[in-house]
Amino acid sequence: MNLRIEEHPILVFKKGRKVSFTFGGKKLEGFEGEPIAAALHAAGIRLLRHSPHKDRPRGFFCAIGRCSSCMMEVNGAVNTMTCITPLADGMTVNMQKGHGVIEP
Amino acid sequence: MSRKSEVFVVGGGPAGLSAAIVAAKLGARVLLVDDNPMLGGQLVKQTHRFFGSSARDAGIRGISIAEKLRMEAQAIKKNLVVQLNTSAVGFYGEGEAGILTPERYEKVTYERVIVGTGAVENSLNFENNDLPGIYGAGAVQTLMNVHGIRPGKRILMVGSGNIGLIVSYQLLQAGVEVVGVVEAMPTIGGYLVHASKIRRLGIPIMTGHTIVSANGDLGVTGATLCQLDEKYQRVPNTEFEIICDCICLAVGLSPLIELFQQASCKMVFVPELGGLVPLQDGNMRTSNPRVYVAGDASGIEEATTAILGGRIAGARAFESLHGPSSDAQKIVDDAAGELKSLRSGSTGNRIRWGRERVTQEIASC
Repeated sequence: MNLRIEEHPILVFKKGRKVSFTFGGKKLEGFEGEPIAAALHAAGIRLLRHSPHKDRPRGFFCAIGRCSSCMMEVNGAVNTMTCITPLADGMTVNMQKGHGVIEP
Repeated sequence: MSRKSEVFVVGGGPAGLSAAIVAAKLGARVLLVDDNPMLGGQLVKQTHRFFGSSARDAGIRGISIAEKLRMEAQAIKKNLVVQLNTSAVGFYGEGEAGILTPERYEKVTYERVIVGTGAVENSLNFENNDLPGIYGAGAVQTLMNVHGIRPGKRILMVGSGNIGLIVSYQLLQAGVEVVGVVEAMPTIGGYLVHASKIRRLGIPIMTGHTIVSANGDLGVTGATLCQLDEKYQRVPNTEFEIICDCICLAVGLSPLIELFQQASCKMVFVPELGGLVPLQDGNMRTSNPRVYVAGDASGIEEATTAILGGRIAGARAFESLHGPSSDAQKIVDDAAGELKSLRSGSTGNRIRWGRERVTQEIASC
């Protein structure tokens, strides 16, 4: 089942243009401007990171940039809140290790 | 770089936006910041019709209320500066704040600040409550009603307050199967009109039950529930599993109050209002005379009361700078009258008790 809503009794969704990005090296598609986590979710990916201490699988929880559960490495920038960061063409999205490593 | 404002408003939801509109129209120079790309706060995902009051927004969908407020703000040609994608990150000293725009970190100076930061969703304690596929009810609304993406195929709703009931119906509208609503209390928490709507569509509401665990390795594949006795203890040997691919938690909200603490506002814990909130004088002014509060940050209610509280805060903040004004007084009187009627009746009892505690105690501080 496609998770994207095609028809809705109340709402009409205006989407940006279709763009491609990579997640863990794999090429995926989403719509420009929607949150990265939403594009991943629509592509069937909801495991976004592992918790730093107990290595537990984590997805997003609040979707409004409050809870920090969705942090990933985007275009090399670690701890990016993917639930509020808009998707852009050609983005490189990866899971990060622990709190993320910043290269000196 | 530094920006000067008379009234600095943090948060562009129903409360902050209303406060900014009122203060700017009365004649104060207002700077409004919001960390979202669009004004309207959480109204932008609320597709249900509001009960509202006869004077305000009754029967109007949340998304339309947001649009109405945005238009009103856009029509203000002077005095109001709106800075989106910008967080207020801290208060420093008297009348200084730091904001983070997409480009840079800036200093803001202000005479008065109105904080309408809103609330954050609560989680709930149960085994595996951090598995991917467990979302707050607001997150489900954002994903589904703003971005047009279903959270999953089969969802379990935890909590039968108005949010749990309304979002269950919204999930059905989006084509998601809702396998049931779990409620620890012996009775349904929200209004019967919302409960009847989803019951008629065949969704079971399981009162006197709780969630024991979310099941799955890398994401939710089901949930184990059990019965609760009258003391909210689990009844042994009543566990059963429900197959679902996501779980929605609608178990309340907590006010976002960090900025009040930074501004040394006196706080009080009021369970009826969702937790720790700043004391205020009944006109939304906190114990720090520069700082006003509006909306869910002053206690969890809903958008209509947030708008009204915001209008009072905006009018009073203006008067505290420019002296008494009959226009401001009329705004306050009208809003206070509407609030009184909205909070009347048995469902408003808890809110009234909570509000009385918040406003009474400031007299002695």
